Amino acid sequence: MKTVNILIDHINVNVPEGTTILEAAKKVGVSIPTLCYHPDQKVKANCRICLVEVKGSKGLNTACSTTVWDGMEILTNSKMARDARKTVLELILANHPQDCLSCIRNGSCELQKLTNEFGLNKISFDNVVERKAKDNTNPSIVRDSSKCIKCNRCVEACNEVQTVGAIYNSHRSYEYNITTAFDMPLEESTCIYCGQCSLVCPVGAIYEKSDIDKVWAALDNPDMHVVVQTAPAVRVSLGEEFGDGRGGIVTGKMVAALSRLGFNKVFDTDFTADLTILEEGTEFIGRVQNGGTLPMITSCSPGWINFIEKFYPECLPHLSSCKSPQQMFGALAKTYYAEKAGISPDKIFVVSIMPCTAKKYECTREEMRSSGYQDVDVVLTTRELARMIKQAGISFDSLEEEEYDDPFGITTGAGAIFGATGGVMEAALRTVYEVLTKETLQNIDFVAVRGLTGIKEATVNINGMDVKVAVANGIKNARLVLEKIKSGECDYKFIEVMCCPGGCIGGGGQPVGTTNKDRECRICSTYEVDKSMPLRKSHESPAVKAIYEEYLEKPNSHKSHHLLHTHYVDRKNK
Amino acid sequence: MAKMVRLISKYCGNVRPDSVEDYVKAGGYAALKKAMGMGPLDIIEEVKKSKLMGRGGAAYPTGIKWEQAYSITKNPKYIVCNGDEGEPGTYKDRLMLGQNPLQLIEGMTIAARVLDAREGYIYIRGEYKAIQETVKKAIENAVKAGYLGDNILGTQFSFHLEVVSGAGAYVCGENTALVESIEGKAGRPRIKPPFIKNAGLYLKPTLLNNVETFSCIPYIIDNGGDNFASYGNEHSGGTKLVSLSGNVENRDVYEVPFGITLRELVYEIGGGIPEGRTLKMVQLGGSSGACFPEAVLDTQLCYKDLKSKGISLGSGAVLVLDDSNCIVDFVKCIMEFFVHESCGKCTPCREGNRHILMLVEKFADGTATKADFEKMKRICDTMKYGAFCGLGQTATTALITCLKYFKEEFEEHIEGKCRAGVCSLNGKEAK
Amino acid sequence: MKGTVVSEVLTKYDNSKDRLVQILLDLQEESGQNYIPREWLEEVSQKLDTPLTKVYDVATFYAMYNLDPKGRYVIEVCKSAPCRSRKAETLAQSLEKLLSIKMGETTADGLFTLQHTSCFGACDISPAIKIGEKVYGNLNEDKLAEIIRAYREGQK
Repeated sequence: MKTVNILIDHINVNVPEGTTILEAAKKVGVSIPTLCYHPDQKVKANCRICLVEVKGSKGLNTACSTTVWDGMEILTNSKMARDARKTVLELILANHPQDCLSCIRNGSCELQKLTNEFGLNKISFDNVVERKAKDNTNPSIVRDSSKCIKCNRCVEACNEVQTVGAIYNSHRSYEYNITTAFDMPLEESTCIYCGQCSLVCPVGAIYEKSDIDKVWAALDNPDMHVVVQTAPAVRVSLGEEFGDGRGGIVTGKMVAALSRLGFNKVFDTDFTADLTILEEGTEFIGRVQNGGTLPMITSCSPGWINFIEKFYPECLPHLSSCKSPQQMFGALAKTYYAEKAGISPDKIFVVSIMPCTAKKYECTREEMRSSGYQDVDVVLTTRELARMIKQAGISFDSLEEEEYDDPFGITTGAGAIFGATGGVMEAALRTVYEVLTKETLQNIDFVAVRGLTGIKEATVNINGMDVKVAVANGIKNARLVLEKIKSGECDYKFIEVMCCPGGCIGGGGQPVGTTNKDRECRICSTYEVDKSMPLRKSHESPAVKAIYEEYLEKPNSHKSHHLLHTHYVDRKNK
Repeated sequence: MAKMVRLISKYCGNVRPDSVEDYVKAGGYAALKKAMGMGPLDIIEEVKKSKLMGRGGAAYPTGIKWEQAYSITKNPKYIVCNGDEGEPGTYKDRLMLGQNPLQLIEGMTIAARVLDAREGYIYIRGEYKAIQETVKKAIENAVKAGYLGDNILGTQFSFHLEVVSGAGAYVCGENTALVESIEGKAGRPRIKPPFIKNAGLYLKPTLLNNVETFSCIPYIIDNGGDNFASYGNEHSGGTKLVSLSGNVENRDVYEVPFGITLRELVYEIGGGIPEGRTLKMVQLGGSSGACFPEAVLDTQLCYKDLKSKGISLGSGAVLVLDDSNCIVDFVKCIMEFFVHESCGKCTPCREGNRHILMLVEKFADGTATKADFEKMKRICDTMKYGAFCGLGQTATTALITCLKYFKEEFEEHIEGKCRAGVCSLNGKEAK
Repeated sequence: MKGTVVSEVLTKYDNSKDRLVQILLDLQEESGQNYIPREWLEEVSQKLDTPLTKVYDVATFYAMYNLDPKGRYVIEVCKSAPCRSRKAETLAQSLEKLLSIKMGETTADGLFTLQHTSCFGACDISPAIKIGEKVYGNLNEDKLAEIIRAYREGQK
């Protein structure tokens, strides 16, 4: 690779051609402030907080967008650069509400951090903040546009990563805004509640709707039996909220923290993930054998469900009728578990800890009341759980690891990998293969479907028939697959779709600032969890076997259909 | 008016604007015929010799721009004409487009011939709707007469032109914003690189010139680059269309050779200041241009001479203000314009313009303090050196230059005095 | 069968997203009230298969579009420097007096809307106003009164 010699702050450094000033400065230990810059996104250069001086240049250059050339001399801290950056920051702050102490991003706000680093002690310009009402009428996402600094990261997440286009630019000059069309509430827009916007927002302009208070109230109510389930992806990300490295596995500490918070039972969504495999696998086999609609597409990801209902209702027959594991759990908690524990379902309060903002909406759907009650009462994101633990003063690091409670605590590695893109497919193949061939699968690691690649394909030979499968993560990729189905050029039999890039481990409810690097680490950990499990195929789970024997009879039985399956609604043009 | 020449405006007023017949009879399309027999590099050579610089404001040498465009091997290439003319005080393109669009069309066709481009667009501001219709008619007639469209002049060469309308956005005069607008989007500038010569309209190589620039081409090809250059001076070739406006006797568009002084422009061609008033200030190049007092008028209209005084020719708009105007009130008007026209994309321009306007309003109100000079300077510098595009970088040129030449008027406002009696200074009384 | 206003305009431009700026200009003209109704923007979004947010962006970015009904005649008074140097603010005041409305308002009969605009290149005849496509320059109070009267009479 060709390299160039440059001088940054009088220090010589040799970097590859095409390196930006921002990256090059890191090599000499200088971190130039940024706001609109995001490592996984296109360079935008619109905030102008990274201005530096380049000798011979007319004005100042943005470090994020300027690539170095041989002999370039850069001053990152000249008076001219410092003055300009300070003025930019003050201009932003003059139009930013100063209510940091009560802001959800207090402590995790990039603007706050920069202000602190700049050592700003006053804002020279008049306050021009115009407080607008928050949009908080939907169950998932809150938009506080007064806080928006117009960095456009959420615009890229919504329009390019997810191709949803619920929010975009509007107007110009000081009225320039990032908003829905006609400033309509998100619930009237095409928003699918995936929350990818909230992962990239540098400030508190768009974030999850907090349901923490509802959970505290339930925990405080002595009449309620409060149970909690934790999604597979939370155990590999929660630690990051407590200063753990990327993707650390904190399952035991998380379970301990939840019991400390006062939950009566701590269960694992991995259990219903295993159950999903039985239900979905059986449905798939049925479709293949009876000429049903193929390819069949997975239905665990509520953002994905929102998308297909709003954008491609004509493709709904391809969706598996299975509920997501969290909703299967809710339905069983208030039926099977209620009976078993001898507690009236109206006294059971089900809380889900999910990496996802769309789950908050999912649990409020009217289809999700199979028990006769709202099956899942409250969904908390990974971020909210971390906040609760901090509120309770629990020292997460020093917790002794604990085990999940029975009966929903016995799980397999197949359930665990539901959190990563490709995981549902891999888990399904492990089971479908063995059920259909009645042989033991030799190599259960389907590595072809793992990883961050947008669309992955694999072909598995089952009983002499080649079954072609595909895995898509991120809605942009899911859309490509749907277009392929619509054009009739699709030879896949089974498709897994996860709404968020990387799957649930990269979900919209995960720690803010999640990058693709973080996603990779969490994926690694996910497969480590899988490997560490004594059982790695869903159909081998004793808990799953037990529930069919005791309660559900068999996969896709009448009772299963009532509790574990659902239907979808055309929500286009609504 | 010995100083005026008519090279590029010579047909204006003498031909029916959409009549190919009139245009050809007057000598039009001779250049295209000649160009058809020339190699692309020969055409580029003539343009280089002409010393023609982009007339939209950036003053990039046209010959070099064409040469770069020619050396790019990707296809297709687009030819785009910037007829957005949003710079206040500028109405020269209105003249060319409205009175002789065929000359522009011929110039663009020659450019297409050089680059082997098949499609071109003339982007005309939405406010010039009637003119758009004239240009569309001219295009239609040129196609009918075989000078445009398929098989031009009976050859294999085909070039199609389309008129695209703006809808009221000054920022669309910026090259990348303009192509965004042609693509049916809001006209917010794109990040550069890539430059539009490599990835412009539909991310394809694009040659973009101003109306006046393209309109110079037929004369250059017809008469040779040296001939055109000889009308200017050593640094700036040919002639320039200037638009005179404000408090000057003869307001019109004039074609003048480079090297003429601003004094000659204002007092000889412009006829001086009406109603026995005296000149206070001239702003050159539109609202983004520099302002200066009478003492600077002996500067030549020439890229180099102007540059030595820190002034850009810009679009060639010459706005003259007499002593009935107040500098503070004038700057307020300029800043109101930029507050309205900023696209909002980058922080310095979106937030900076309005804060500067608020500060200038304090001067107009009589509530400003000395500390406000420093605040204005900080924002001016940040915008000039740090804004995303040319709009933000030049929005404060008027303020910066007014503070250089007319600071005492600002200071007087702090004391509660507006020498022109324009500002209300209401805030002062309230205080 | 006659299509909707929107579909007719879209057909004129081959249903091309690239022509959105022009499409919205044409629709505004079709409205008769110098604005683009929200339902039309929604229809454009659907028929061009482009997110409503992107249509809304274009409709709110360009100064010539209005999203609320305006008068039949929109009178635009230039507020840029060349006109200001020729005392354009007195034109605005005269018009406000003549029409008994303030800048930005519409007359009760829905005939006139009064608003400011940036320079539209009539600096040779400043101070100037624009009514629809027509430009009037070198104006004073008397000339304005005459122009307004002519529009009112043309109405009857």
